[in-house]
This record gives sequence, C-alpha cells and structure tokens, in this order.
Amino acid sequence: MSKTILRKPEAFYDAFTRKAGDDFLTTTYCPGCGHGILHKLVAEALEDFGVQKKTMFVSPVGCSVFAYYYMDVGNVQAAHGRAPAVATALKRSNPESVVISYQGDGDLAAIGGAEILNAANRGEGITVFFVNNAIYGMTGGQMAPTTLIGQPTMTTPLGRTLENEGYPIRMSEIIATLEAPVYVDRVMLGDIKSIRQARKAVRKALEIQIEKNGFSFIEVLSACPSNLKMTPVDAQKWVREVLADYFPLGVKKDISATFPGKSKERHLLPLSEIPTILDIKESKINKDIIQNFSGKDFHEEIKIAGFGGQGVLSLGIVLSEMGMRHDFEVSWIPSYGPEMRGGTANCSVHLSNKKIGSPVVDRPTVLVAMNLPSIDKFEKDVMEGGYIFYDSSLINKAPKRNDLHVIAIPATKIADELGTTKIANMVIVGAMIEKLKLMSQEIVIDSIGEVIKNKKLIGINKQAIYKGIEFIKNLK
Amino acid sequence: MSKSEKNPKVIIRWEECKGCGLCIEACPFDLLYPSEDFNSHGYHPTVYVGEGCTACGTCFYSCPEPGAISVYKIWDEWTEFAYCKNCGGEYKVFTRETHPGKQFCTNCQEEITE
Repeated sequence: MSKTILRKPEAFYDAFTRKAGDDFLTTTYCPGCGHGILHKLVAEALEDFGVQKKTMFVSPVGCSVFAYYYMDVGNVQAAHGRAPAVATALKRSNPESVVISYQGDGDLAAIGGAEILNAANRGEGITVFFVNNAIYGMTGGQMAPTTLIGQPTMTTPLGRTLENEGYPIRMSEIIATLEAPVYVDRVMLGDIKSIRQARKAVRKALEIQIEKNGFSFIEVLSACPSNLKMTPVDAQKWVREVLADYFPLGVKKDISATFPGKSKERHLLPLSEIPTILDIKESKINKDIIQNFSGKDFHEEIKIAGFGGQGVLSLGIVLSEMGMRHDFEVSWIPSYGPEMRGGTANCSVHLSNKKIGSPVVDRPTVLVAMNLPSIDKFEKDVMEGGYIFYDSSLINKAPKRNDLHVIAIPATKIADELGTTKIANMVIVGAMIEKLKLMSQEIVIDSIGEVIKNKKLIGINKQAIYKGIEFIKNLK
Repeated sequence: MSKSEKNPKVIIRWEECKGCGLCIEACPFDLLYPSEDFNSHGYHPTVYVGEGCTACGTCFYSCPEPGAISVYKIWDEWTEFAYCKNCGGEYKVFTRETHPGKQFCTNCQEEITE
C-alpha cells in the first residue's frame, strides 16, 4: 500500500448536506453497519483508480438507498430490485462510464431476482455489490431470501423453517453458473483480515469493468447489528461464524485472465436504414420555414394541467410532435398517480433548441390550465414573465399574479360551438402557436393529421386550431 | 494535538464516531478505548491512548463511518491541511443553504472565521 495517509476518500462528499437534519458528518447507518465499511472500500477504489468523475452509482431500495447522500459521483435511484436494469441503461448509453449497482439481499435476491440474473447473463459491463446481511434491514428485520434456517426474524419469529420458507438462496453460486460473468466472489466484513480481502475483491471487480468491460459480482456478507439485536462486535462474530458457514467464502468464478474484454461498441441499426424498415416516408416539410424557428435560441418549459379526459396529455403530445417537426429538442412526460382517477392530470413538455437534461418541469415558462385546481396548484410556480393560458369558460377566477402574461381563452365554449368539447385542447394549441410564435402555423396545420389517430377527426381538429389562432388575432 | 510528535498516529473525530467499538476490537495493539463521556449524539466515541500507533490502518478499514478515523504515517503530511481555529482539528469547508455565503468546518460544524 503506497498511501501514507488513510482518511475519508475523495469519492465521499466532504459534508453530507443532502441529509435531513443538522448532522452532516455521519451516515444514516446504524453503528457497526457493514454498509459504511463497504462504502469506504468502494470510495477508496474509485479515488485510487481516478474514475470518480465518470462513475454512476445506482442505489435501489433498502438501507443503501441513501448512498447518494454520501458518494460524490453520479447517482441514480432505482425502483426496488431494478438497479441492474437501470445500470444496464446507464452503461449502454455511456459505455465509458463506470457503473456500480449496489444492492441488498432483499432487493437483489427477492424482488430483483430476475433483473440481476438477466443482467449477469447478458454480461453487462457493470459491477454489482450485493450486501448480504440475511435480513431486511431498513423495513425492520423481516425475513429475506438469504435468512438462515432457524434464524428468527420479524416475520418468522420462531425461526425460518424448511417447510414454510425453504432454503436460503446462494446468489453467488447461481450467478457463477452463467456463462457471461467474468468475476464472481463472496467476501465478508467479519474481521480485519476478511475486510482486507473484501477490499481486494472490490478493486479487482472495478478493474475488470474499467479495463475489460466485463460483468463482476461481489457478494459481501455483512452485519446488521440492529436487526440481529446484537452489539456490533457480536454481529461481526456472527457473520464470521454463522453466516459464512452457510455462505462459503471464496471466488466462485474468475475468467478475468482469459477474458478478452467486451466491445464497448453499440449494436444499433444504422440511422439511415430505420425509415426504410419502419416504412416512413420522407418529410415534405419545407426546411426553409423550419430554419426561421429552430435557428432561434429558446427554451420553453411547459406545464399542461386539467381534468383527466380534457386532452391534457394529448395536448402535450401534439406540442412535442410538432416541435419534432421543427427540428427542436423535445421531451414529454405525463404525471401519473392517484390524480388519474377523475382528479387533475398534468404533463410536462420541454421545447428547446438545445439538448434537454431532464424532462421534469418545476418552474414552467408556460402554464396551460384547463381547470381551477391547476391554477391553484401551479400558478405560483410559473417563471416571472411567463405565460398562463387558461380556459375561461371553465375557470371563473383569473390568476392573481401580475408579473405574467395571462391569456384567457373560452376554449371549451369554442369547442362546443364546433360540435364537440373534446377538441378544447386543440383550440389552446392554436392560441399557443399564435401567441408564442414558436412554430410555423402552416406546418402545424399540415402535419396535424399525422398525429391524430382517428382520421375522421382531422378536419375538426384543424378547425379548432384555426379558431384558437383567430381568437388571439381578434384580441389585438 | 501536538505537531511536534513524529510518530504515526490515528485521529478519531469526536462527533463522527458512533461508538460501535469495531475499531477497539480490531486494533492489534489495544491502543483504543471507549470514552466515558458522550458526544452530542449520545455515543461514547473511541479514544486513542496517544502512543504506540504503527499506522497499520486496521481501525480505518474496520470503521463504518467515512470520516471518523484518519491514520497518518508521516507527521509531515499534517502540514498539508488547514486547521480550524475553533476546534484545532484539520478541516474541509462546507456550506449550508440556510446560511448563504458562510463556510463551516467539517470537523466541529462551526462557522469558519478567518
């Protein structure tokens, strides 16, 4: 070991200011928790290999969910058990990055069993750290797939039995039977000797990823003093003597010496072939018209909200589809949730001439409100100098702020006069393109037919857009 | 904290130690012991007896807290770091959203006054 100082690795934040509360120095982990030790080993390796800046840490659900409080690297939090799937996406979209999936036993062996097996079988160039403490830690000590026979837990108070729950799963052995994994090892955090072995395994696993783009899997037997109801020292002893007895330590598979390395190239269809395969006809859009719009420097964050059924989501889709036809960068993301059932629905749209970092809209520059609760909910968030378009036939209370452009459109009334209330959203589309001058009216009208699924309704949708445009023109 | 001692040494930060005792168990020379006093979180932090450390790093690797333990092999390296006037410890700076424009010591969490 060449280092002469052993101190908090650089891959940790200096202070954990994302944490709630006032103490920014210590982790959320209980005294004696194995997570802290493994975090330290990983952080040290990332610093030593000089890859901190290009590392992505995927933390799933469990105690390790808060790894993003501590690790000063790119962080993504995945749904329960899905960390290997998220890690796959991160690695494939950025093959030069170092991607770490850091999972517990409840997460990896129970709910995430399918994801880890398939990621391992595909041989993704990621490193998986599997912290096995034989129990569900964060939720209060329920039985995990790795809980030992006879071990009492919250959900098996008399101990796990063969008859009811079956044998504990040895994940490393299962992974080692697959062809693709390069390095599968089981280590423990049981005493200083085993911790140093774990340190070696962690570094080797990361090296395999960095140098050969291979899949490596490190199972780490670790202590959970709180849920084992032992002192930290006794819990480590339990790991050494009991847990390591059922889960034998050692390398389960290691083909790193002969593994030639996996290509980082992506196997994609050439872009030029895609239109032929999907039978997409060449665009008839006049490139000169587009240039007038896409050449401008702009970034609009649009929030569209209303009742479910008012066409709130499809308004967003139309805007982003039309944006694409103008060569903009676009994103569209709906808000799902309990609101879907009769309450308010909303979606977020980005239209920009620059790349979009995140599809989320916190501070909209344009708010489209199609019911009163949306005004109440989002009015305060709109950027100064932004726009609010609201349906004045349904909302009898105008927005209060005076630092905004507020445009009242009786969209539902106009739509009703055309014959169906369902096209109120298209009236607003018309008003928006006329008011914001973001897009060419000609192109929107011409290509609306490609977006509307029911071809019988194309005519009435066009009429609605015209009505919206007219309405704004008559305002002036 | 005397800088004149040239021996290797271990620093255990009072407020960052959770008193789990893993380092005490692991130290091959029995140089660590739990303090009788509490820190502000209610733990009995580990204390170094003051001499005999060989900088083997055993306590560092057995400690679950990222920053609680630092081990120094050569005393000259002490001079690389800044020292907080409040607590006398080496520190790094962090900021708080609630106190814009001010800097705090990671060691004692007090504001840094130059």
